Amino acid sequence: MAERERAVASGATAFVSRTQVMSADDVRRAITRIAHEIVERNHGVDDVVLVALQTGGAPIAAKLADELARIEGKTVFVGTLDVAYYRDDYGLRPVLPEAPTDIPMDLTGTTVVLVDDVLFTGRTVRAALNALADFGRTKAVQLAVMVDRGHRELPIRPDYVGKNLPTRRDELVNVRDDGVDLGDKA
Amino acid sequence: MKHLLQIADLGADGIDEVLRVADTFAEVNRRAIPKVQALRGKTVVSLFFEDSTRTRLSFETAARRLGADVLTFAAGSSSVKKGESLRDTVQTIDALGADAFVVRHASSGVPHQVSTWTEGSVVNAGDGWHEHPTQALLDAYTIRERLGGFAGRRIAIVGDIRHSRVARSNVAAFSALGAEVTLVAPPTLMPPSTEGWPAELSHNLEAVLPKMDVVYLLRVQRERATEALFPSLREYTAHFGLTAARAAMLPAGALIMHPGPMNRGVEIAADVADAENAVITQQVANGLSVRMAVLYLLLGSGVDLAA
Repeated sequence: MAERERAVASGATAFVSRTQVMSADDVRRAITRIAHEIVERNHGVDDVVLVALQTGGAPIAAKLADELARIEGKTVFVGTLDVAYYRDDYGLRPVLPEAPTDIPMDLTGTTVVLVDDVLFTGRTVRAALNALADFGRTKAVQLAVMVDRGHRELPIRPDYVGKNLPTRRDELVNVRDDGVDLGDKA
Repeated sequence: MKHLLQIADLGADGIDEVLRVADTFAEVNRRAIPKVQALRGKTVVSLFFEDSTRTRLSFETAARRLGADVLTFAAGSSSVKKGESLRDTVQTIDALGADAFVVRHASSGVPHQVSTWTEGSVVNAGDGWHEHPTQALLDAYTIRERLGGFAGRRIAIVGDIRHSRVARSNVAAFSALGAEVTLVAPPTLMPPSTEGWPAELSHNLEAVLPKMDVVYLLRVQRERATEALFPSLREYTAHFGLTAARAAMLPAGALIMHPGPMNRGVEIAADVADAENAVITQQVANGLSVRMAVLYLLLGSGVDLAA
């Protein structure tokens, strides 16, 4: 979860919605489409592992796994990753893990699909790539996000996108089960 | 909070936070590559004026697994032998760019003194009879892991309470977390005054064992026998050693703990130390995660833990 979105989820920043940019149905359809894209690109899901970035990626990864199971009839492993110990902003703000990392397997030889709610600067994904390397040598790492809001600060791009959403830097994006909202800090 | 000198610096909430963060490092320690870069570029100095195996290795491993650089100071092979003062030693090392000092010394208060001479953080790794806070934290972590929590739990600390920094830190931590602590020792090994200690006192081990959830044995410091505080090691074992027969008096599921190093056959019988409910090696393993949490919280997190 990008830093700005994290502030919203934790309640540290009050979020005021301006417009809904995806409805609950839009989110559901995006997950179905992304699931099909994952299957197509990887010729099935045999070596595919989903790793959700804590905390915003977890509900999306769970729904993606359900959808993959429905399409392919196979159970895809879902792990969770908190990147606190790999961030690059120590000293700029308090950095503590918010939720458990749980990847009880060697990732060597697997194709990991990182799942997050919002892709913003790319710094969280950079931290996640470093963290993943400590769990084994993956065959490939792909990135799935519900919203790509732009403003990248690192050369990182998503492989699967729910919605490309042009934003201003100071806006906030709030992804929930019942839709995606664009708004501002209160 | 910049330093960890005693358990009171943390308070119950601070202890809880250390244990929560230690959980996340326990997960790191289970990985194929059990190392993160959270303290990359930081330098941790282990400043030990007293012999130690487990505490020094545990802290140094913890610092390395966080990505920090480690400088090891051993008093025996240093300029202390040429008469260099403690203050000059600290300031010399400080000039090399230390971010944290992990300090052990035979005199109470040395870590506090060191904290006034450096801009870095100071972690007390045992000072005299005063405190050994990370030992108490790893013990609390182990108890919480095995028993789920502290509320209403009864813990006996047995042995040389008088000279034990482990006992002082553990009484503070266990009682802050809500446990009922009983100190068990012969009168000569009780502190001169226990006024204000949040603990019951007993001189009868067998009377307290059937009620305990945890029995925590302290190392008998053999050199104390010469101070006539107890007649002989055999006499001590006869009254206060955890023999197999006494261990059988504990309720089912009660834990047997020891901070190490053990004197097998003195305060704890050899087979009791290896019993299924003895969690002594688990304490050592948990010490690594807990010390990673302490170093990270003081040096990396930017979080203020003050009680």
